[in-house]
Amino acid sequence: MDSRNFTFLFYGFLAAWLILMVYVVSIVARERKLRQDLDRLRSMIEERSNK
Amino acid sequence: MRNRVLYAFAVVSAALLAMNLYTIFMKLPDELNQGMIYRIIYFHLPAALTCFTAFFCGLVASAGYLTTKDMRYDAVAASVTEVGLAFATVNLVTGSIWGRIIWGIWWTWDARLTSMFVCWLLYVAYLMLRRAIEEPVQRARLSAVLSIFAFTDVIIVWKSIEWWRTQHPGPVLTIRGGGGMAPGMQAPIYWNWLAMMLLGAILVAVRMRQENMRREIDSLRREAYAF
Repeated sequence: MDSRNFTFLFYGFLAAWLILMVYVVSIVARERKLRQDLDRLRSMIEERSNK
Repeated sequence: MRNRVLYAFAVVSAALLAMNLYTIFMKLPDELNQGMIYRIIYFHLPAALTCFTAFFCGLVASAGYLTTKDMRYDAVAASVTEVGLAFATVNLVTGSIWGRIIWGIWWTWDARLTSMFVCWLLYVAYLMLRRAIEEPVQRARLSAVLSIFAFTDVIIVWKSIEWWRTQHPGPVLTIRGGGGMAPGMQAPIYWNWLAMMLLGAILVAVRMRQENMRREIDSLRREAYAF
């Protein structure tokens, strides 16, 4: 029982951290994409207004 | 300045979590009947409290949007709901792992578990609704209504262990009238809640910045197509 207890306690803590880490990684990836989109649009508008 | 505050929150949150892990594993004894697995409660319960706090902020922000039509409230509601959902997932998964050892099953359809799962589904639906509607004002209005409706389930989740006799344990915290836990064992729950709230605040701040960027992208797109 004790070793199973320990294993599942480990799974519990691992799952909690993993879920939060995956969410943080997804936020970082989204931020990168948004920045790229923003830069692309800004340069596109700047290019058009210079013509 | 704003980034500095976020870094300070991150440092305090990490320090608190590290201190709590030390207390939970090195100082606290095993529980008499459950053994060491009871320690899951130190993530399970603070995650629930954090997600309920986030959903309450979502409710207030949604009501704020419906009364003022200010899109900033919509950005707050979307951000806190998404972060709250991450903590709700932590709560459901850790609870299921605990149940496998204590009850011998991963899941049972009792009032607390079912209402929490419905709550999770409602807030997933909220995020799906936001993705499905292109027009910003319509998206903000409908998602605010859904957010207010979804919060009624949070109240049911909170009260379910009092209203019905569930397989899920009753209240353990003294402030909720429970007496199942020694005060020394309760303290790390509150500290972990604080640490998770700080972590949640950082994530909400980052998500709100992204919502602002998204709004700027939308207006730049309109400008680009106007040429």
